[in-house]
Amino acid sequence: MGLAAEAQFHVLAVDDSLIDRMLIERLLKTSSFHVTAVDSGSKALKFLGLVEEEQRNEEPSFVAPKTHNQDVDVNLIITDYCMPEMTGYDLLRKIKESKSLKDIPVVIMSSENVPSRINRCLEEGAEEFFLKPVQQSDVNKLRPHLLKSKVKEVREEDQVINLSRNDIKEILA
Amino acid sequence: MDVGQMQRQWLDYTRSLFIEGFLDNQFLQLQQLQDENNPEFVVEVVSLFFEDSERILKDLTFALDQQGVDFKKVDAHVHQLKGSSSSVGAQRVKNACIAFRNFCEEQNVEACLRCLQQVKQEYCLVKNKLETLFRLEQQIVAAGGSIPMMELSF
Repeated sequence: MGLAAEAQFHVLAVDDSLIDRMLIERLLKTSSFHVTAVDSGSKALKFLGLVEEEQRNEEPSFVAPKTHNQDVDVNLIITDYCMPEMTGYDLLRKIKESKSLKDIPVVIMSSENVPSRINRCLEEGAEEFFLKPVQQSDVNKLRPHLLKSKVKEVREEDQVINLSRNDIKEILA
Repeated sequence: MDVGQMQRQWLDYTRSLFIEGFLDNQFLQLQQLQDENNPEFVVEVVSLFFEDSERILKDLTFALDQQGVDFKKVDAHVHQLKGSSSSVGAQRVKNACIAFRNFCEEQNVEACLRCLQQVKQEYCLVKNKLETLFRLEQQIVAAGGSIPMMELSF
């Protein structure tokens, strides 16, 4: 899988409001993104395979650590901030704490313009913070973040192969 | 009425909704997201908004009718309605919700009840207006015409 400037980017959208999910999905599709929309942070984590990964990390394995879950190729996550149970901020933290997911760019959306909230999210590693209702001009800002992560991903794939060789050496020693 | 007259009527009516503040720029954004592949997008989103709003208004009426009003719950409902009205461009409903939230913070039951009335009123108004607009659109399409592209030039 080479650097694909032509490949479709896959965006995972997270919002508990059905109307806002419809909107963000339409906006993203207009920009030719492939979209998966879920209504909660926990569903997002499940989709990203994070739950499974935590279980897998407890067992020794020959499998090379992945930079992303290869079953589910997500290039960007855009999430609402205010959600019941797990906020967008909680989701952001879980993603940044995950070895396999931390390099996926995350964008936060919120209907409320609270500077401390915005700073908190940006400090935690969110790429952008969009005020709702999200506009086409906001979505147009996403592409550079996606391209940046694609380049990083391709470079890291080489490192991943080397790591797994070392792992095997250690285990066999 | 011929198609041209119907289209002009649609344009005038739409413009009036913006001038009177019922709709704001977000509604235009919705229209721009509609195309040949998604010809019903605006109607779909607005229909969802109607369903959502009616449910929330019912919940709000119930919540404010309680002996001990749970203002956190009331605020959560109003926050949701504020969000959805903002997302479809229903400006007057959104503004009524903003005022409502201030009184939730003050925990003022009487004022909240007045706000609820206000929100219900604005919701009914915009619902009627949008249903009229969609009827006009159906007539245009039935007569073989197409919906004009709205431009906000004022």
